This record gives sequence, C-alpha cells and structure tokens, in this order.
Amino acid sequence: MAEGADLPERAQGLAEAARGLADRAESLAQDAASAASESGAAEAVGGGAGEQIIGLTVFVLAVFVGYHVVWSVTPALHSPLMAVTNAISSVIIVGALIAAGAAEAGISQAFGLVGVALAAVNIFGGFIVTQRMLAMFMQKQRTKS
Amino acid sequence: MAQGVTAFIYLLAAVCFILALRGLSHPKTSRQGNIFGMVGMALAIVATLAAPQISGFVLPIIAIVIGGAAGTAIALRIDMTQLPQLVAAFHSLVGLAAVFVALAAFYAPQSYGIGTAEAIHVSSRIEMAIGAGIGAITFTGSIIAFAKLAGIMGGTPLVFRGQHMLNLGLGILTLVLIAVFAVAQPGWSLWLIVAITLALGFLVILPIGGADMPVVVSMLNSYSGWAAAGIGFTLTNNLLIITGALVGSSGAILSYIMCKGMNRSFINVILGGFGGESAAAAKDTGEKAVTSGSADDAGFILGNAGSVVIVPGYGMAVGQAQHALREMADILKQHGVSVRYAIHPVAGRMPGHMNVLLAEANVPYEDVYEMEEINRDFQTTDVAFVIGANDITNPAAQDDPSSPIYGMPILNVAESKTVLFVKRSLSPGYAGIDNSLFYKDNTMMLFGDAKQMVEGIVKALEEQT
Repeated sequence: MAEGADLPERAQGLAEAARGLADRAESLAQDAASAASESGAAEAVGGGAGEQIIGLTVFVLAVFVGYHVVWSVTPALHSPLMAVTNAISSVIIVGALIAAGAAEAGISQAFGLVGVALAAVNIFGGFIVTQRMLAMFMQKQRTKS
Repeated sequence: MAQGVTAFIYLLAAVCFILALRGLSHPKTSRQGNIFGMVGMALAIVATLAAPQISGFVLPIIAIVIGGAAGTAIALRIDMTQLPQLVAAFHSLVGLAAVFVALAAFYAPQSYGIGTAEAIHVSSRIEMAIGAGIGAITFTGSIIAFAKLAGIMGGTPLVFRGQHMLNLGLGILTLVLIAVFAVAQPGWSLWLIVAITLALGFLVILPIGGADMPVVVSMLNSYSGWAAAGIGFTLTNNLLIITGALVGSSGAILSYIMCKGMNRSFINVILGGFGGESAAAAKDTGEKAVTSGSADDAGFILGNAGSVVIVPGYGMAVGQAQHALREMADILKQHGVSVRYAIHPVAGRMPGHMNVLLAEANVPYEDVYEMEEINRDFQTTDVAFVIGANDITNPAAQDDPSSPIYGMPILNVAESKTVLFVKRSLSPGYAGIDNSLFYKDNTMMLFGDAKQMVEGIVKALEEQT
C-alpha cells in the first residue's frame, strides 16, 4: 500500500514535468517560428533585391527604346507627342487602383481614389486632345490628295 | 486572374505604348498610334481591376467616370491656341497622382506586397520617397508653367537674391529626409519630403521666363515620366517602369531639342532669370530709320513676288492669325507665287506649337519646313514674311558676340530680297534684344495686330486681281 500511497505524489511530479516540457516546447516553437519568420523576411528582402535588378534592367532597356522611338518622331508632331506621352504617363492609375480597390477602407483607399480620378482626367483628356490634333494633320492630307 | 496573366497583359499594354509613340513618325500613321495608346491604357486598367488584390470595383469605377468626364469635357472644349497651358495643366495632374499613389502605398503597403505597415522594404521606401518628390515638383512646377502660359501670371522671370542657394538647400534637405525615411520610415519624413518638394517646384519654375516655357513644358513632361517610373519601382510594376522610362526619355529629348534651338544649356534655362537682366541693355538703340508700310503695300509686294516664305512665331498664336494667313497663302498660290512656311524649333510656347496651329488652319503638311530644311533657300526667296516672331530671326545671334542670344540658330530671313515684318511695335522680343533687321533697307515693318494685318493684306490682294 505504500506504493499506492505515493502514487498521487508521483503522478503530480510527472504532471509537473510534463508541464515543464510543454512550456519548453512552446518556447522552442516560438523560437522556431520567429526564426522562420526572420528567414522569411530575409528571403523577402533578397527577393526584393532581385526584383529591383529586374526592374532596373527593364527601366534601362525602356529608356533606350524610348530614345530611339522618340528621335524618329517628326518635329511637326512634337505637340501631339507631348500630349500622348502625358496621357500614357497616367498609367500610374494602375498603382492608384490597387489602393482604391482594397478591401479595407481607410486613408490609403482615399488617396488611391483621388489618384484614380486625377489620372483619369489625364487619360481621357490627353488621348482626346491628341486625337483632335492629329485629326487636323489628317484633314490636310485629305484635302491635298 | 492569375498574376502571370496580369503581367502578360501589362506587357501587351507596354508594347501598345511603344507603338503609340512609333506611330508619330508620320502624320499618316499617327492616328493609328494614338488608338494603340488608348488600347494599351484600357488593357492596363482592365487587367488591374481583374487582379486578385482588387475587391471593390464600385468606388474605383466611380472615380474613373468622374475624372474621365472632366478630362473629356476639358479636351473637347479647349482651343488649339490654349494647348500649351492645357498640356502644362495635365502634367500637374500626373505629378499629383504620383504623390497620392506614393502616399497610398505608404499607408497600405500590404496591398502592394511591399512589406508591412511597420516595415516597408528599404528599397521601396527610397523609391516611394523619390516618386513622391518628383511628383510633387512636377505638380507645383506645372502649375506655375500653366499660370505663365495662360497669362494668369506675368511671363517675366521672378528673381530674388539667394534664390539658387535656397533651392540648393531645400534639395539637400530633401535628400537628407529621403535618407531618414529609408532608415527609420517615419511618416512625418515622407510628408515633409512632399511639402518641401512642392515648394521646390514653385521655386524652380518661378524664375524662368515665359518664352523659355518650351523647355520647361518638355522638362515637366519628362519629370512626369520619371515620377511614374519611380512609382513603378516602388510597386515593382514593370508596366509603370517601362512607360515612365518612355515618357521620361521623350521629354528629355524634347528639352534637349528646345535647348539646342536656343543655344543654351539645360542648366542655364533651369537657373532662369533669362530676359530680365538683359532688357535694360537694349535701351541704347536710339533713333534709327525704319521703313513702315501698310497692308496695301505688303499686298503689292507679295502679289509681285515669285516665292514667299512665311515665318510664324508666338505672335501668330496670340493673334490667332493662322486662318487668315492660310487664306493669304491660298490667294498668293492662285497668283502663281510659291508659298512655304519655315518653323524654328523654339517658335511658340511648346515643341511643335506652330505646326499644330498651321495644321488647324489646314495648311498642307508638305508646305511646312523645319529650319534645317529651308534655311539655305532664303537666299533665293523674294519675300520673307515674318509674323509674330522676332528673336529667331535676329542676325545678332550670328554676328554680335556680345548679344545674349549669340550662337542661337536663326532663320536667315535677312538673306531674302525683302523682309516683311508683322509686329505690334518696335519693342524687342522676350530676350530684350533689339533686332537690327528692323532697320535694314530691304525690311518693311507692318505695325499692327497680326490677324488684322493679314486680313488687310488678303483684302488688298483680292482687289489687285
């Protein structure tokens, strides 16, 4: 019976040990999680740097394309060139749309919506004005031929 | 829509934009090019709205409709003579939109996948700050350009002591703040960057004179592109990067062409103040004999000429004389006179300004020549008809090393047998330089409003027949 008498004590000891183990496991899990998130963050930064290089590559190549394409524009059409480049630079509407269409309303969404409206003025206005100008150049062509 | 598909559609949009610019190599293909531009924009917007990050369509579409309606209304109503200020106004909107996108990204970085509200990627922080800064400069700078072009504000350069030092200081402060923002990402530093660059935009453009606006407008055009590219880097969006680079290099090339047309360095234009200080130097011209004539005299000379070259300038735009001018040219052609137009690169207030106005008046594209194409022909030209232009014909640019415009390429109108000069008065041009052409024996000044004078000549020519 002596064994039976200290059984609850032993059980209690085991339970305490188990609790200790559980605590340790939990803290280990936390460590692991934070380590994982750190490495994740590091990866994200690394990934970001990779994207930056791709972005830079695209940028430099696009500057060259722009350089050659724009020099081929006839000087007579430099005004329409300005109007149309102004219209297409409003493609930043894409950035504004992402904030404007976000799920959570807030200051970011408000900024996004204003950005969308401003860019839209430009897109419509820019393309229409370009079209009006070019139509005048075409008119002459028709009367000439 | 999967990310890959969105990226692919963005690529198509970028190609469309390149084709839009490519189309402008000739008037025949230009309209098709503009359609490509519209298609590219539509693709970009639809692809973005279909992307998984977008959960609400109603508000963005309402914003597009409101903005689009305003843009359409403005674009349909505007007069072609108001074009330069319209373009400036549009540039300001792109700049402001870039600022708003940068702020939107700052307050909700998770929507853009550039980090969390507490920790935005460092590279994105820098690009965000640069995009916002360039956008802000474009915004306020364009407002000043608009005000000067629209005549709301005087075209004279506004110069004050220590101006360049102030601008330099603010520029350095902006760089410091960008560094602060990159390191610690405090919201106040981004807002401060925006505030300072807004002020900088005003300060940089204020000292630049009205007639230097062709350079300024092209430069702001360029900035609006670089701002878009900066935002593109922030959001790692290749479409924005490509488009920004295209627009940025386009504006830079136009600025270069304009600067070359004035024989001035870009830095010299940006530092401003041109035309203000030199105006005083022009006063010592004294009394010199000027031959002035009436519309009838001019009609007689033109009617008896074999070849006429018309040299338009900003005065033609102000006087809206292009339609009357074309009428005059038509009558002269009926008389068997050869009529051509010579366009100086910086004539008017924006690149290609004169070409658009002549196109508006149905002047045939084939009759309009660039400076290099026609400059040699003045020797064999009977009459050079200068209307509303001054400095771009001033021989001082070639033979007076002390002249502020010395070295600027000019149209050699002095070489033609007779020069007819339509001008309001003898007052010097924007550069404040007296034009020796006024006092030459073979020059006849036609004092008066450009449009009324040309209409008078048309009447005189009609009576001759």
